[in-house]
Amino acid sequence: MPDEHLPTYPGAEAPARTHRIDLDGLGIAVHEWGSERDDPLFLVHGGFDFARTYSEFAPRLARAGWRVIAWDQRGHGDSDHAALYGWDADIRDALSVMEHFTSKPSPVIGHSKGGALMIQLADAEPFRFSHLVNLDGLPSKRPMADLAEHERTRMMASDITGWLDHRRTTAESVRRPGSLEELALRRSAMNPRLPIEWLRYLVTVGARRDADGWRWKLDPSMRFGGFGPWRPEWTASRMPGLGMPFLGVMGDEHEPMGWGTLPEQVVPTLPNGGRLEVLERTGHFVHIEQPDAVASLVLGFLGGAR
Amino acid sequence: MTVEILVHCRVGLALHSLRAAEGKPLLLLHGLGEESPTTVPDACAEWPGPVLALDFTGHGASTVPVGGGYSAEILMADADAALERVGPCTIVGRGIGAYVTLLIAGARPSLVRGAVLCDGPGLWGGASGPTSASFPVLHQPRRTPDPYALLELSRDLRPRDYASLFARLAIEHSGLDEPISVAATVRPPWLDAVIAEVGVVERPLQSALAAYATLA
Repeated sequence: MPDEHLPTYPGAEAPARTHRIDLDGLGIAVHEWGSERDDPLFLVHGGFDFARTYSEFAPRLARAGWRVIAWDQRGHGDSDHAALYGWDADIRDALSVMEHFTSKPSPVIGHSKGGALMIQLADAEPFRFSHLVNLDGLPSKRPMADLAEHERTRMMASDITGWLDHRRTTAESVRRPGSLEELALRRSAMNPRLPIEWLRYLVTVGARRDADGWRWKLDPSMRFGGFGPWRPEWTASRMPGLGMPFLGVMGDEHEPMGWGTLPEQVVPTLPNGGRLEVLERTGHFVHIEQPDAVASLVLGFLGGAR
Repeated sequence: MTVEILVHCRVGLALHSLRAAEGKPLLLLHGLGEESPTTVPDACAEWPGPVLALDFTGHGASTVPVGGGYSAEILMADADAALERVGPCTIVGRGIGAYVTLLIAGARPSLVRGAVLCDGPGLWGGASGPTSASFPVLHQPRRTPDPYALLELSRDLRPRDYASLFARLAIEHSGLDEPISVAATVRPPWLDAVIAEVGVVERPLQSALAAYATLA
């Protein structure tokens, strides 16, 4: 099928510039919307997403006068697949990308895991942040907290062996090919609230077309879920101490890729002057379901058009 | 000594055969910033079977990945790659290798036939909860030991209940009465928690090996 017949999506725009940054041998793909002369604003995507999931949201911020910069985290989108992945490595990559553009404080917007990563970076290196916006990326205590101890142990054992079994197969694993429609339908299992038209568009920017079909670019060695010493509530423990202006935006509908956090869990942890907006009848991908409303909230928070 | 390269995802892991013999293998896991010994350590000389040693990712003759991303769990998966090749064995770990030995003993209880936790570099690890640690970017040539391994693995978080969980998994599912032996004299909080579990014994390395050598 010629490229001109690939699905598009109303309001979704290709980046004005796409380039790569070399982080000591690890290639990171960067996507920018808006003028290079405007002040930078950083967008950080969530786990198993990629920068161009901001294709609807970023242009709205760029039109208000921001140089919007998003990057594909290692193993995601067009960035290199790495040998190792980790929370700290993602944060280190993020600050390297930010430092590439500016050492001045800038607004940073993170969605889902990207939001949680940025809360930790804002706590560790606050001088990089003029404002922090968190889009449904506020982890809370796991729902399994109420399980009996033996049941939790059993579930952990299953998670651990599942992860190790997966690691044993990753050397040669490749993503399953399919038609554009098949990939969109697979994604809809994880993104049940998002329109199929959007998901078809996502395939065109987040997957590559091989001779035997489309494949998501995401590194097949990565695995959804997992285990480790990290506790979701640790992110919340960093919130009250944040010194930069803070805006949280979350939906009131739970779905598979969300944290399941409730507004009443977030409000007590807000930093001084911080604000939480809850969008009704909206799921985890607040900026995709309601790009106008979220852009308006963010731009108002940042002080309007520039 | 012979060396075999195992494949773990995109990393080549050096598995050293220090002594070939019939019988149940002994696997040695080194400490943080160390590498496998070239000969069988004196304390393990009485082991009746083959003795092998694994270089973790970023250490010894194993691959140095680009840009770090280390965790104790990744090293546990390194050890699992060795178990896949070697089969059921007893493991002796030094320092961070001791922590990894605990993790893999809980994660693969049917394959780890006795785990011995010894003193060594990286035994302490990082905090047991969240910290405000910053994130230095290292612009150093790739070498072993990988500076990112030293950085990240010296501050990986080790909550007490997380360590206890792995001890409990080993105790409940290995079928051994005493699957974990603590030979270390130093007591980081995570190790204190492990020792508190019924089924974990404190004894010198040689005593632990003598006990595990008799297992079928």
